[in-house]
Amino acid sequence: MEKLQLETLYYTMVLGRQFELAAKEHYMQGHISGFLHLDIGQEGLSVAAMQAFAHGDVFTTYREHVMALARGISAKSIMDELFGKATGVSGGRGGSMHLFDPSHFFYGGDAIVGGHIPNAVGCAYARKLQKADNGVMVVFGDGATNQGVFYESLNNAAAQKLPLIFLCENNEYAIGTHIGRVCPFTEMAKKAEPFMPTLSVDGMDAVAVYETVTEANDFIQKGHGPIFIEAHTCRFEGHSMSDANRYRSPQEMDICKDQDPIEKIKPLLDSQVEANLTEKAKQEVAEAVEFALKAPEPELSTLTDHIFCQGGCHHALS
Amino acid sequence: MLYREALNLAYHEAMTADESVVTLGEDVGFYGGSYRVTEKLYEQFGAHRVIDTPISEQSIVGNAVGMAIGGLRPVAEIMTANFALLAFDQIINHMAKLPYMSNGKVQLPIVVRFPQGVSKQLAAQHSESYEQMLAAVPGLIVLTASTPQAAYHGLKKAIELDDPVIFIEHELLYNKKGEVDTQARFDPFKAQIVKPGNNITLVSYLKMVDDVMTAVPEIEQQLGVSCEVIDLNSLNPIDTDTLKTSLSKTGRLVMVEEDHKTGGYGAQIVSWASEHCFYELDAPPLRIAGLDTPIPYNRTLELASIPTPDSIAQQIIQWGKQNGL
Ligand SMILES: Cc1ncc(C[n+]2csc(CCOP(=O)(O)OP(=O)(O)O)c2C)c(N)n1
Ligand SMILES: [Mg+2]
Repeated sequence: MEKLQLETLYYTMVLGRQFELAAKEHYMQGHISGFLHLDIGQEGLSVAAMQAFAHGDVFTTYREHVMALARGISAKSIMDELFGKATGVSGGRGGSMHLFDPSHFFYGGDAIVGGHIPNAVGCAYARKLQKADNGVMVVFGDGATNQGVFYESLNNAAAQKLPLIFLCENNEYAIGTHIGRVCPFTEMAKKAEPFMPTLSVDGMDAVAVYETVTEANDFIQKGHGPIFIEAHTCRFEGHSMSDANRYRSPQEMDICKDQDPIEKIKPLLDSQVEANLTEKAKQEVAEAVEFALKAPEPELSTLTDHIFCQGGCHHALS
Repeated sequence: MLYREALNLAYHEAMTADESVVTLGEDVGFYGGSYRVTEKLYEQFGAHRVIDTPISEQSIVGNAVGMAIGGLRPVAEIMTANFALLAFDQIINHMAKLPYMSNGKVQLPIVVRFPQGVSKQLAAQHSESYEQMLAAVPGLIVLTASTPQAAYHGLKKAIELDDPVIFIEHELLYNKKGEVDTQARFDPFKAQIVKPGNNITLVSYLKMVDDVMTAVPEIEQQLGVSCEVIDLNSLNPIDTDTLKTSLSKTGRLVMVEEDHKTGGYGAQIVSWASEHCFYELDAPPLRIAGLDTPIPYNRTLELASIPTPDSIAQQIIQWGKQNGL
C-alpha cells in the first residue's frame, strides 16, 4: 500500500476511535441518548472497507458511525446527529442508528437486523439496469445471517448476477449470544458458498481488509455476479451502551484487545507523522463536539416534515 | 416487586407447575433476556426449556406454532413489537388461523410476548406500538399489563389458556414497582377501575394509564370534576360491561393511547361507545393519541409525537370547557 494511502487509512481509523470515545463520554454525560453501538475494535474493518469501495453505494447497520466517517461524511454532521441536532446528517430525526447521506452514497444506518440486505440487492439491480460503473456493498453482522431474508438475498443476487459485495462483520456475537450457541458452525462464509465465491479476511488487519475488498470490487465490476466477504473481528465494548458485556471473560477480552487494529498499523508509519495524525484527529473530534453542543435543535414545527417528500411528489408521480 | 420480576415469577411458577411450558427467543437464555424478564430461568430449567434462538423472528413464532402442535406450551419472546413485524405472517396466517381452519382439531396454547412503545430516543425503528393491528385479527387474544400485579396474573393466565395470546408489555414499565398479591383474584380479561369518579371516564392501557393518573389532579382541579380512570387490560376481547357502567354514570369518554391516531386502537373503543352508549353520552368523545408520524430521535420532537401527562391534561381541560364542564 502506498504511503499516502496508508496515512489516510490510519488517520480515518484514529478519527473513528476518537469519535467513538467522545460519543461514549457524551452519552454518559447525557448529551447523546437512545441506543449507542460503538465500533471500537472494528474501526480497521469499517474504514478499510469503505476506502477500498470509495465509489459504490453502501447499506449498513446501526453500528455505522465509523463507516459514515470513512465515507467522507463530516464528523461534525455525524456528532450533531448523535446529539439530536437540526444540523445532524439526518436532521436529528434518525440519531446514532440512522445516518443517511445519499450524496455520499450512504443509505443508513438500519436497525432491523437483516432488513437492509434486500434493499442493497434492489439497489444493485438498479445499478445493473443502469449499466453503472459502480456496484453496491451491504454490511451486516454474523447475527444477521440467521434471518431468512439473508438467504433470500444471497439467492436473488446470485440468480440475477448482481454487482453486490456482501460484507459480513463476524464479531461472533449478537448482543450477548455467541454465534456458536445458535449456529452449527462459526464461519459465516459457509452460508454463502453454495451461491457465490467467498473470501475470508482478518478484520483486525486493515491493510488485509483493504486488499480483500479491492479484489471483491474488481470481481463485481466484471459482471460475474455477487461475492461474499467474511471479516473476522472483535468489538471491544458491550453491544451498545446498555449492555454490560458480562458474557465475555476478562481473558476473552484480553485476546480481543490484543488485536487492536490501530496498534497494528502504527509501526508502519513514521512516528512523528503518526503523532501528528493522532493529534489532528483529536482536534477534528473536539471541534465536532464543540459544534454539536452549540448546534440548534430541530424546530417543533418541523415534526411531521419528511413523512412524505415535499413539493408535491404525488403530482410528480401521476 | 418490579414489573419484570413479576413476569419472571409468573414464568417460574408456570414452568415449575407444567413441564410442557417452554420459552424461546433471542437472548432469553444464557444472557437472561434483554429486559431481564427471563433472568435465571436458563439456570433453573435448562437450555432445553429456555431456548436461545438465532435472530429469526419468523421462525421464533413459526416454531412456537409447531411446538404447540407437538404438545408443548411455548412462550415466545420477541425483543420488541418492531421486530414482531417480521413474524406477522406466522402470527396471523398460522397461529391465529390454524385452530379455525382445522375445525378446532388443532389447539395452539401459545403466548407471544413483547414490549412496545416509546422508550427514550430509540428512534423510528424501535418505538412503535402495534396493538391496533393485532387486536384486529380474529383468533388472537390480546392482553396488556400496566402494573406488576397485572403482569404476574396476566402472564400466568395467558400461559394457562389453550388459545393463542399476544401479551403486550411496555418498554418503560419493566422497572415499575408495585404490590403483587399472588393469591388475589385477578381476571386479566376484566378492565380495572384504577380510580373511581363521576364526571369523566378516562380509558387507557399500558404506560398511558400512569400518564393519565399523573394528569388527573390537574384536570380535576381545573374543571372541578372527578374522573374515573379505567385500565382496559384486555384489548381483545373488550370488557364492555365495565365501560358501559362507567359511561352510564359519567356521560363523558376520553380515550388515551400512545399509538398513532389514524387507525389507532382507541378508534375501536370510541366507535363501540358511539354505537352502544350514544344516549348515555353528554359530550362528543375525545381521543388523545400519538401523532401520525414515525417517532423521531430528537427528545423534544419525540415527546411532542406522543401524549404526555401535560398534553393529556391540557387537551382534556380544553375539551371539558368546550363541552359544558
Ligand atoms: C429484526 C431484529 N431483531 C432483533 C433486533 C435486536 N438486535 C439488535 S442488534 C442485535 C444483534 C445483531 O448482531 P450482529 O448481526 O452480529 O451484529 P453486531 O451487533 O454484532 O454488529 C439484535 C438481536 C433487531 N434490531 N432487529
Ligand atoms: Mg455480531
